Amino acid sequence: MEFIYYFGDVFTPINFGLLLLGTIGGLILGATPGLSPTMAVALLIPFTFQLEAAQGLILLGAAYTSTVAGGAVSAILLKIPGAPANIATTLDGHAMALKGEGAKALQLSFLSSAVGGVFGVLLLIFLTPVLAQWALAFGPSHLFWLAILGVTVIGSLDSASVVKGLLSGCIGLWLATIGFDDIMGAQRFIFHPSLSGGINIIAALIGLFAIPQVITMFAKGRKNDGTEAIQVQKHPIKSAFSELFRYKRAMGIGTITGSIIGLIPGVGGQIAGLVAYDQSKKFSPDKDKFGTGHPEGLIAAESANNAMVGPSLVPLLTLSIPGSPTAAVLLGGLLIHGIFPGTDLFDNHPDVAWTFINSMLIGQILMCIFGLYVAGMAARVAQVPQSMMAAIVLGLAVFGSYSVQSSMGDVYVMASLGVMMYFLERFGFSAAPLVLGLILGPIAESNFIQGSMIATATDGLAPYFLTGALNLFLIVVVVLSVLYSGYMELRTRRYTSKEEIMG
Amino acid sequence: MSNSSLPRVQHIMGSGVVAAVGATVCYISYTQQPSEAFLFPRLIATVFVVLALWTFVKACLGWTKVGNGLSLTQFSNLAPGLIIALIYIFWAAKGLGFYTATSIAFFILLSLYDPPPHGVLKSWVKRIITTACFMAVMYGLFALLLKVYTPREIFF
Repeated sequence: MEFIYYFGDVFTPINFGLLLLGTIGGLILGATPGLSPTMAVALLIPFTFQLEAAQGLILLGAAYTSTVAGGAVSAILLKIPGAPANIATTLDGHAMALKGEGAKALQLSFLSSAVGGVFGVLLLIFLTPVLAQWALAFGPSHLFWLAILGVTVIGSLDSASVVKGLLSGCIGLWLATIGFDDIMGAQRFIFHPSLSGGINIIAALIGLFAIPQVITMFAKGRKNDGTEAIQVQKHPIKSAFSELFRYKRAMGIGTITGSIIGLIPGVGGQIAGLVAYDQSKKFSPDKDKFGTGHPEGLIAAESANNAMVGPSLVPLLTLSIPGSPTAAVLLGGLLIHGIFPGTDLFDNHPDVAWTFINSMLIGQILMCIFGLYVAGMAARVAQVPQSMMAAIVLGLAVFGSYSVQSSMGDVYVMASLGVMMYFLERFGFSAAPLVLGLILGPIAESNFIQGSMIATATDGLAPYFLTGALNLFLIVVVVLSVLYSGYMELRTRRYTSKEEIMG
Repeated sequence: MSNSSLPRVQHIMGSGVVAAVGATVCYISYTQQPSEAFLFPRLIATVFVVLALWTFVKACLGWTKVGNGLSLTQFSNLAPGLIIALIYIFWAAKGLGFYTATSIAFFILLSLYDPPPHGVLKSWVKRIITTACFMAVMYGLFALLLKVYTPREIFF
């Protein structure tokens, strides 16, 4: 119950102001198609340099929470999901808006997001300290395998091709080795002076997530999207509450599904929303109404994608393993303040850890309150032309990456990685495992070197890294995640070819 | 070249570049000294080169299923914007000064990709006002709030 002790810290004027700013800003950014939560959080990191660690994390956490919820606005009113997590919201949300129930859809969406989100953060509050204590038993070999697990799980589950996902992870791990070696001081892969200090993680994150999106907007050319927001009629909030209570089964399914999926590294909000929608439909007596503007579908999808947010941070805060690309960006936000997640975070910086987690809890409620008021404005922002969004994001990316260390080298690295990532994505590679590789690379390497030293003095390399219950368990999980993803990839292909044959 | 063969050629080129990078990384990792400093890179590079060659062979055999490549229309759409963005980042930002270069790049990109017709005066006024507002926000955020000292070369 340590978290209660730090509850008051959220309400200091600066902390609460940042929480409000992150929540309202996140709602507007989330509603903007093309600005994913990961990219929004990455672009915000430079603004946290001058803040204290807890304050920076409050801003980033609030933005993460509310961009996921804000994405529902454009999904409902424009039929464009603001983020991948809102794909399932579009199915019934937009149909409701077309029937003149736009306000009701928005109210239900924010209310169910808040309920799911609060449950998810409570799970984060109660699971994290237990797992953090368990993490004390981890030695260098376990931490090495955990880092590799983080890369392989995201590489295999988050990518359409397992081989390309794993290859993306390898590219990230290699990029992490650029610069001076920590132990020998030797130069490694320094092909240009701007790489001598290694690749700055923040500049890399901005480049890898923002620049491909900018180029994608360029590639669409000079055309009008033709999207027009549906005007919303007033709807009493009281009846939205009673409707939410009426569909408590959908809410329960969405919340539980989202929380469980959030705990699995690599499986994002998009999957959470779609699985919850599907399960809710399966157990509903009104199956046929799904997809025609039925509130149950909307409630299940929205409660799931926000319930996923809290649990997705559990592996990050306990084991230093970011379970999602956005969690990886948050890890970057922690590292710039010299704070390492895991036991270090809870033993040495409990104020930072608990203020951040508590702020996410309060943020869910603020997101619900402000979401209902900001929705109209957010829908207007969502109609901003792609040309303007591309130019704005490019400007923010350049200024943001420069402000990290006041270095043009970081801007060049950001741009080079961004352009490279755009072309890699066109060939089926994925940014998420590459980022995970880049962030977990130093963790994997330092534990590998430390483990090698211990192994040399004891049993030898192979017994140290390949034996022991925990090592074997982690290796089995690595292998199983790759095999399972490979099997799913082959099965999907087999179905595709069947469909092709059947015409 | 037919449209159907375009992604295959692109996949061969793309995976070929990745395989070449993998081979270079692998070569450097195994030849550079001190070997202790390259222990971890060797481990990574070995897996990297195996997966990269696998991807390359699959692309050559036409077995690649993921990734749509880049169509000619997409390329012609993105090329002007990308060129302007690269000139802005790699030359103008340092050469002209951050704020001047950003204003110019923002205005050109907006004009290039903005849907309203170029012949209408109102749309140009809107673009100029948008650029001015954006620059005011950037100056307020970075120069005044965050106190970031940006390169000021020829202009500002």
